[in-house]
Amino acid sequence: MAERFHTIVTTVENKPGVLARVAGLFSRRGFNIESLAVAPTDDDRFSRITFTVDVESAPLEQVVKQLNKLINVVEIRELDPAASVSRELMLVTVSADATHRKELMELIDDWRAYVLNENTEQIMLSFSARPARLEEFEEKLRPFGIAEIQRTGRVALQSLAD
Amino acid sequence: MSDNQQISGGEALVRSLEHEGVSSIFGYPGGAILPVYDPIIDSSIRHILVRHEQGAGHMAEGYAHATGEPGVAMVTSGPGATNVVTPLADAFLDSVPMVCITGQVPYAAIGTDAFQECDTTGITMAVTKHNFLVTEAQDIPRIIHEAFHIATTGRPGPVLVDIPKDIVDPTNARSAMNWYTASDADMELPGYAPQMEGDRELIRQAAELIRDAERPVLYVGGGILKARAAEALRELAEMVQIPVVTTLMARGAFPDSHELCLGMPGMHGNYTAVTAMQQSDLLISLGARFDDRVTGKLDGFAPDAKIIHVDIDAAELGKVRQYNVGIQGDCRLVIEGINHAMRELGGTEAQADRSAWRSTVSGWQENFPLTYEQSAPGNKLKPQYVIEELRDGNPADTIVASGVGQHQMYASQWWQFDHPYTWVNSGGLGTMGFSIPAAIGAKVGKPDSRVWAIDGDGCFQMTAQELVTASVENIPIKVALLNNSYLGMVRQWQEMFYEERYSEVYLQERVPDYVKWAEAMGCAAIRVEAPEEVAPAIAKANEINDRPVVVEFVTDAGENVFPMVPAGKSNSEVVVDPTQQHLLDGEG
Repeated sequence: MAERFHTIVTTVENKPGVLARVAGLFSRRGFNIESLAVAPTDDDRFSRITFTVDVESAPLEQVVKQLNKLINVVEIRELDPAASVSRELMLVTVSADATHRKELMELIDDWRAYVLNENTEQIMLSFSARPARLEEFEEKLRPFGIAEIQRTGRVALQSLAD
Repeated sequence: MSDNQQISGGEALVRSLEHEGVSSIFGYPGGAILPVYDPIIDSSIRHILVRHEQGAGHMAEGYAHATGEPGVAMVTSGPGATNVVTPLADAFLDSVPMVCITGQVPYAAIGTDAFQECDTTGITMAVTKHNFLVTEAQDIPRIIHEAFHIATTGRPGPVLVDIPKDIVDPTNARSAMNWYTASDADMELPGYAPQMEGDRELIRQAAELIRDAERPVLYVGGGILKARAAEALRELAEMVQIPVVTTLMARGAFPDSHELCLGMPGMHGNYTAVTAMQQSDLLISLGARFDDRVTGKLDGFAPDAKIIHVDIDAAELGKVRQYNVGIQGDCRLVIEGINHAMRELGGTEAQADRSAWRSTVSGWQENFPLTYEQSAPGNKLKPQYVIEELRDGNPADTIVASGVGQHQMYASQWWQFDHPYTWVNSGGLGTMGFSIPAAIGAKVGKPDSRVWAIDGDGCFQMTAQELVTASVENIPIKVALLNNSYLGMVRQWQEMFYEERYSEVYLQERVPDYVKWAEAMGCAAIRVEAPEEVAPAIAKANEINDRPVVVEFVTDAGENVFPMVPAGKSNSEVVVDPTQQHLLDGEG
């Protein structure tokens, strides 16, 4: 079955308003963005916008072609889900009173999450993985009591050739 | 103007426009753009002072339609900028090259809700090909060059340049800059490189499809005109002997008088053009975009047709209708490529046998010509008759600018367009009030051409004040005002689809008095009510060249535009003139 969500990595000029141009294009053409991440690149003239689009909202080809018409979009790469790696970061604060603290610490170790901050009541974690793993981990944490959670939106790179 | 001279950003802006070859600016001054209006006094550029900023935008469009050169509008910040949003949207949908300069509050005041501040680049992002907010005076020559480059290359379109007051005001230190003449080498557009050449292999495939098609139609759009491809198209059509339909945006791209021309397709296209497309086995779409007004109900459109789609904009290929061969590239270059490939494949002699198709098509032409019934003596004029008399009373290269509505469809149907760039109209956005300012812009660009605006009474009341501009600036356009006292097209839909329940479409019979109004604006004015007065009035209007002329034709409000494909219906359900309907029933 074809993947419903496709990741597109764009290199854009690092200028004011570029994100608004991309976001405006998506909304006026009716393309749904599932996830969005914006960050500088190693060249300060350019930024990278990585987004995941719902191809049920619009054909991928149209999304790419319309993006290409934006003057500030320099390069567009569609990443084949089978030949790319993607990661997303989650920061989450979980209840951790004395009764469940040990159990929670074991879970953190098993999933290779990191403790960023803690007090006697709560622990703040960071966890980075494939988006689907984030959801699984979130489900594991839920019984402890999630006080606050934030996710970054995914970033992706093409896999290395064999 | 030597390089490295220290001047102000305002002078640099005017110099940059001169450097781009701008000879006319349509504009309206105001607070934020004031410093730019000072150096304009000393410039060789003609500035035309409009009466409303919307007029400036449509004039720039009319200028561009008629000349192929980018039109330039200049307005102030805030309401000046918001008033040009409609022309920008119009130019965006019809791919009209245009550069719009807007004043902006001083850079440090942006975001403070200053007087006459609005987020111009934010507001116009969705209706421009690109826009710029200039932050440094030193960037002005480069950005102006980039703006003209973007507006005129690839798929043309409007580009807006928003300029804060402080960087053009010579009393502000931020306006100091070292002048340089910007060239392509100065441009910083790493994401912009229009693809002009079509893929040769795809061109060969297209030529083969054309050669083998038995019921082909050339479906040509405004891209032919934008790419200056009319001659290449004619060579192709004549070599392969395939009939041509010219969309509303392409009237004149192929001569109506040519034996292969079927005229306009679409919602109010003639029966033959609509039906030939509908029954074709190959649509060769050149610079057209399968607009809903052309296709009718999409899933019933040309069901047996393979599609060759040529467009400079890759996003048009497959956007609406999937293609068999899609070629991105400049229409002129791609058509020339197809012509070359076709000659290699044997040219005219190698074409499939299309004699049956030709006779089917000419049968439709014979049975279903455009038609109307002349009004009985003492009754109001038929609008179609007025257009026919206008057509016959003017040279073939007359430029016609139309508003939007019934009169627009009558003009497109009944005028004979034999020359490219003689039809100026608002196709995509359908902007009422377009014709008068667009005609003024066309006349400024083509002062030696005769320019007629064909307008309706609803449209006239939206932008008539620009006739003051035309009078004062000595731009002697002529206006044929088809006054039926109604918003005719809306009235037609209410008659046909809302059980004749006429809601808010009656504009009043005697108010305003168009003759007095036109005279008050400095125009000559004539009112025509009887058929025998039509031709003499047109002749008289054509003799007046020292001021604009308005000829008011009092027309029959009961007249409807036919043929018509009702909205949402398939093109197979085209409704023809009531006098021809029995022939259609016989066919079905």
